Amino acid sequence: MSGMIDIAGLSKWYGPTQVLKDCTTAVAKGEVVVVCGPSGSGKSTLIKCVNGLEPFQKGDVSVDGIPVSDPKTDLPRLRARIGMVFQHFELFPHLSVMRNLTLPQIKVLRRGAEEAKQKGMRLLERVGLSAHAGKFPGELSGGQQQRVAIARALAMDPIAMLFDEPTSALDPEMIQEVLDVMVALAKDGMTMIVVTHEMGFARKVAHRVVFMDNGEIIEDAPTADFFGKPRSERAQLFLSRILQH
Amino acid sequence: MFSNFDFEVIVRSLPYLFYTGMAFTLLLTALATIIGIIVGTMLALMRLSGTTLLTLPATAYVNLMRSVPFVLMIFWFYFLVPYIGQWITFSVQPVKVGAFASCLVTFTLFEAAFFCEIMRAGIQSIPRGQVAAAQALGMTYPAVMGYVVLPQAFRNMVPVLLTQTIVLFQDTSLVYVISVTDFLGAASKVAQRDGRLVEMYTFAACVYFVISFAASRAAQVLQRRLAVIR
Repeated sequence: MSGMIDIAGLSKWYGPTQVLKDCTTAVAKGEVVVVCGPSGSGKSTLIKCVNGLEPFQKGDVSVDGIPVSDPKTDLPRLRARIGMVFQHFELFPHLSVMRNLTLPQIKVLRRGAEEAKQKGMRLLERVGLSAHAGKFPGELSGGQQQRVAIARALAMDPIAMLFDEPTSALDPEMIQEVLDVMVALAKDGMTMIVVTHEMGFARKVAHRVVFMDNGEIIEDAPTADFFGKPRSERAQLFLSRILQH
Repeated sequence: MFSNFDFEVIVRSLPYLFYTGMAFTLLLTALATIIGIIVGTMLALMRLSGTTLLTLPATAYVNLMRSVPFVLMIFWFYFLVPYIGQWITFSVQPVKVGAFASCLVTFTLFEAAFFCEIMRAGIQSIPRGQVAAAQALGMTYPAVMGYVVLPQAFRNMVPVLLTQTIVLFQDTSLVYVISVTDFLGAASKVAQRDGRLVEMYTFAACVYFVISFAASRAAQVLQRRLAVIR
């Protein structure tokens, strides 16, 4: 139990349906873990349990040693330290790009307006969008919106980042620009859990791959082992389907 | 055919019609709208809270208000509020409330029920992902609502809120039942006094039409300017 993120015996039910079955894994500081598997296998639910967006009934999740489900935990404060990027970006459409980046810094971290703005500008530069600071999210392409969303999460100086299918809602030609930002982030040593079908990304930067099916973690192996010789049949089948083209 | 009509009466009574009558109508409309939206939004948040302790009273309140004729409410409040005041303040006599305060309380409480339903629809129109994103950034419930959900809900609902306000503007004429002089009341008094019923009521109708029509056009323009690009 020395990881940045520890998941132990995690089970979750929606009514009578069990969506997570006794999931256990851990992510060390600076580690990049890709979670993959067929749709409906519980990948997104799993990472939403990490920052408490989804409640769970059994097991333990802790981030930086702080238990997520403990009623004594200040959940908003813990969430502020974990960045999250969503499939549908979820930028705030009524606020400008810059305001999207500064609002959480000012309201949650209590940073001054000027400091927040400078930080926001630096991060927009980092994702290559400083020219769009004054625009509204609706004026940007999907790829640009997702890069802004990553910058917004980074503006909070997170200790770890969660990506929930960050490229699934994007047109093919925009996927690369988002992946480039994520690769750079991984190389900078950010602790990351990435739910994705982008196996090229997994091969390139992931330290480990977690394969899920039916709410269970079927395989949890170093990247080279997972792509080299997956032990489970289900993972082999999944890989053969996803990699054949 | 207009030889029997005296349109001069309108010009002569303009100051009274507008400074006394219309001033009351607009003040009541504005105050009831502003306070009604604030109270209505709080009711909407109660209804959506998921806590029975909050949901139940808010739902009961809204349903009660929407099931009672407005004129009855105005009457009832006018006669009841002084006694409620007496009961609260333990005074010997019923508290003197005054017609305007009584109207304001009635209109606000009544409109709050309608604004509640509008704001509830507006809040529900915001995708759940927006709430999740705000929470993931560490925002607490008041921050999520105050900075992310309500501003968007409000913008989405501006046209409906303004339509409701226009209805409210017309409904203010119902204060005649407790003998308060609003715009229609003022026109009516002049009409009776000078025996110029047709002129005054026609003029009043025109004024209501012009204001309501202009307001609904303004609502459309405002909607286009406030609309959130998705």
